[in-house]
Amino acid sequence: MTDLERHSYDVVVIGAGGAGLRAAIEARRQGKRTAIICKSLFGKAHTVMAEGGIAASMGNVNSKDSWQVHFRDTMRGGKFLNHWRMAELHAKEAPQRVWELETWGALFERTPDGRISQRNFGGHEYPRLAHVGDRTGLELIRTLQQKIVSLQQEDEQEFGDPEARLRVFAECTMTEILKDGERVAGAFGYWRESGRFVVFDAPAVVLATGGIGKSFKVTSNSWEYTGDGHALALKAGGSLVNMEFIQFHPTGMVWPPSVKGILVTESVRGDGGVLKNAGGQRFMFDYVPDVFRTKYANDEAEGDRWYTDPDNNRRPPELLPRDEVARAIISEVKAGRGSPHGGVFLDVASRLPAETIRKKLPSMYHQFKELAGVDITTEAMEVGPTCHYVMGGVEVEPDTGAAVGVPGLFAAGEVAGGMHGSNRLGGNSLSDLLVFGRRAGAGAAGYLDQLGSDRPGVGGSDIDRAADEAVAPFAGDGTENPYTIHTELQMTMNDMVGIIRRREEMEDALEQLAALKSRAAGVTVEGHRQFNPGWHLALDLENMLLVSECVARAALMREESRGGHTREDYPLMDAGWRQVNLICRAEGDQVSVDKQPLPIMPTELLELFDRDELDKYMNEDELTALPEGGA
Amino acid sequence: MGYNAKFRVWRGMNEDGELHDFEVDVNEGEVVLDVIHRIQATQAQDLAVRWNCKAGKCGSCSAEINGRPRLMCMTRMNTFDESETVTVTPLRAFPVIRDLVTDVSFNYQKAREVPSFTPPPGLKPGEYRMQQIDVERSQEFRKCIECFLCQDTCHVIRDHEENKPVFAGPRFFIRIAELDMHPLDTLERKRSAQEEHGLGYCNITKCCTEVCPEGIHITDNAIIPMKERVVDTKYDPAFGLFRVLRARSKSKVVMNEQAERAWSLLRSVEDGDVEYATVADQVADAMQQAKAVASTGTVLARLEALDHVEAGRLDQAAEEARVSLSWHRSAQERSDAWVTLARVYDSQERATATVEAVENARRFWPDNPRLRQFAGEDHHP
Repeated sequence: MTDLERHSYDVVVIGAGGAGLRAAIEARRQGKRTAIICKSLFGKAHTVMAEGGIAASMGNVNSKDSWQVHFRDTMRGGKFLNHWRMAELHAKEAPQRVWELETWGALFERTPDGRISQRNFGGHEYPRLAHVGDRTGLELIRTLQQKIVSLQQEDEQEFGDPEARLRVFAECTMTEILKDGERVAGAFGYWRESGRFVVFDAPAVVLATGGIGKSFKVTSNSWEYTGDGHALALKAGGSLVNMEFIQFHPTGMVWPPSVKGILVTESVRGDGGVLKNAGGQRFMFDYVPDVFRTKYANDEAEGDRWYTDPDNNRRPPELLPRDEVARAIISEVKAGRGSPHGGVFLDVASRLPAETIRKKLPSMYHQFKELAGVDITTEAMEVGPTCHYVMGGVEVEPDTGAAVGVPGLFAAGEVAGGMHGSNRLGGNSLSDLLVFGRRAGAGAAGYLDQLGSDRPGVGGSDIDRAADEAVAPFAGDGTENPYTIHTELQMTMNDMVGIIRRREEMEDALEQLAALKSRAAGVTVEGHRQFNPGWHLALDLENMLLVSECVARAALMREESRGGHTREDYPLMDAGWRQVNLICRAEGDQVSVDKQPLPIMPTELLELFDRDELDKYMNEDELTALPEGGA
Repeated sequence: MGYNAKFRVWRGMNEDGELHDFEVDVNEGEVVLDVIHRIQATQAQDLAVRWNCKAGKCGSCSAEINGRPRLMCMTRMNTFDESETVTVTPLRAFPVIRDLVTDVSFNYQKAREVPSFTPPPGLKPGEYRMQQIDVERSQEFRKCIECFLCQDTCHVIRDHEENKPVFAGPRFFIRIAELDMHPLDTLERKRSAQEEHGLGYCNITKCCTEVCPEGIHITDNAIIPMKERVVDTKYDPAFGLFRVLRARSKSKVVMNEQAERAWSLLRSVEDGDVEYATVADQVADAMQQAKAVASTGTVLARLEALDHVEAGRLDQAAEEARVSLSWHRSAQERSDAWVTLARVYDSQERATATVEAVENARRFWPDNPRLRQFAGEDHHP
């Protein structure tokens, strides 16, 4: 290991999407030398795929909006399982984070009086999403990327070296968090390009690796989404919360097969698009659950009026939270009322003029034209649910993003859990990245200040062990191909731990996962270490298997249906389970799941809700404990 | 539906690579990237290729397909004949790392050389006010997904490594144009584009525009406007030549004369001196002659906008007036564009918008004679 490349930083941020970049900007602004590690090229992270917008209660379009209303919508969307403190911080700070982007050059769509325009979205009571057409994620990541460049330009002026305090390590993958006793000491990984190993000495590591979608066959996620951060945290002694909650976005493309799963933005519905079954019926009116009954239109006429007169009408049920819409689509397809390729129809063509569609939804127009040969200004789209987002993630302290139980480890964005409860509202992801990215960066900086000169050190034997594990796939003498195992894993998770879950299937899935795990140990890759996708997949596969097991075990344990977890054998929401978080930990190869009480929401936040509404979520004991008259 | 396709794929390192032949299954609806992935999963596990979103949004899977710079994820297999051999090679303008993966660090280097957005001092977060019409010009350039196909195809650097140090390339010309047109950016951009980023090397062959998967009008909306404005203060050999060639073929004088002729005809219609129908043919003739020698359609946008209004084509009028606003930087031309927009809004009976447009027109040119027609509707104190 004498020729090992080694770097020393204050903070290492793993992941270069919205959360990672925002965390890095914050750490660097607080004077910390910061490294950003990205699995892809700089600026390509999955954040670019976000389409609809950034939720922030700026009140530019409807001045009735406020952080309290946003908080309430977020808790409702998550079916009251969210960590209240995260939802509170998120709702309060999102507007500042959006305005800050403007000072860094972002150009959002405008209101007639020149402020940032805001659009309607599922589950949000008022128009709330700052957006740029349907490419808001690209705007966000490009703005953060350009802010990083500007910080580097400052450093060049001051130190003659643009990378003096902030450096991007592109196409670099981390395989292990290195520790010194209980504390984080750095990270180990490899350059994708050369296959050479690299060690970072750093007392603070921020995980911002995104989600786990690549464990599912039909997904909107790219190859990067292999649960790396979830697995790194588990292996470092951290815990994961809410892993059973996975969001299946109701509208992914279903045809042609090669693009199955690619996202069709919710803005299509926010801007007027409606869902129809094969009989041409707007079926969503049949699927409004009781908890939302008073908030949604009763008939098409009212729903249609809402777009122009939201104060006197209720919104159409196409804009229910994503879990509700996804389940409704599945039910229609199962009942034989689906579209030719097994989805339903999303119709915007008959609702808006062609010119407006092209202006408001340019990427969707382009995507369907190029990939499916469908002109969405004249024809309906065929859509169906696709694995989109994991609500679960690293258990963190809300204010600092510090991972519970691992000093020096932080997490932000999709890889962190708690914020979204059992279901995330559209638009709350980009704001989550910014709010908690900044907080994790600040948390890491604060941790370093506390640490002073008492820095942990990386042990040589740990590096050797990490390197041996990383090259193991080359040394195998088996015949297992990583692509084959990956495909089987995706089928297992998709079919047996997917949108609708059953005990027997999940038990089978766990057996299959165990079998895949032992087969994966014998994976053998061809070629050498230089830019070798087979090897990269073999290493990612280990993370996917570990995280998939967490999902399946937690899903098996939670005997109720809530948000992104639907049990056919327990179809109802259970107030008892609302008080429970499921916490996954890993000891060596063994995954364990434990129940843990949900943090209790303070009275002043509870008072934001009507008693009638709380009745739907809480049990007798909780309700009687509420202060009289208050909530 | 499915068939067996012949693929030739570049494999190897920079100097010592070669094309490898593959026969591989293709299914209905697939794109080139799907086929490359199938080769990877079944025949060449270690075939190096970059990709991410597979939906044309991230710009990772750039390559040359049958010699043309393309995104692999947006190139459908049904655009080829089933008997055709599809050849996939790495981007030629950048060093190959391995197989289809190239070293694009040149672009990240160039990104750092463009000074960042610089807002007016003292403007606080939340206080930014910009009009939609003004942000749209820059928004077009911010659609860029950084696939670098424009950089790859640009002949200034494609086969001329020696130009790389002094030439930023089309991707960064649109970055500079974006900042130049940002309503709240305060830095001088045009001169530096010429002096520091090599804008003068571009001789407007539009190859970059042709390969852009986002359909950004790189040449027409970014490069030419910057060149036109820079050429007044500094000699640009390429653009100078471009103008000379134009002048020789028909002469720019013709354009100005004919544009002026059409404009005064339309103005007399606007002032109520003649009916549009009686001069429509003369206007059309003058505009046709002007267009035939114009460098781009956009220089005539002001004229076209007024013509559309008089002919009652309000949507097109608004569109051209906005093009004019984004194109013309002189106060008088911008004022004229606003007057035309005001006429559109007035015809649509949009009172507030009309008043606003009139105010904007007055702001740019208080004495614009065309404003007289709105004297009666002026609610401005």
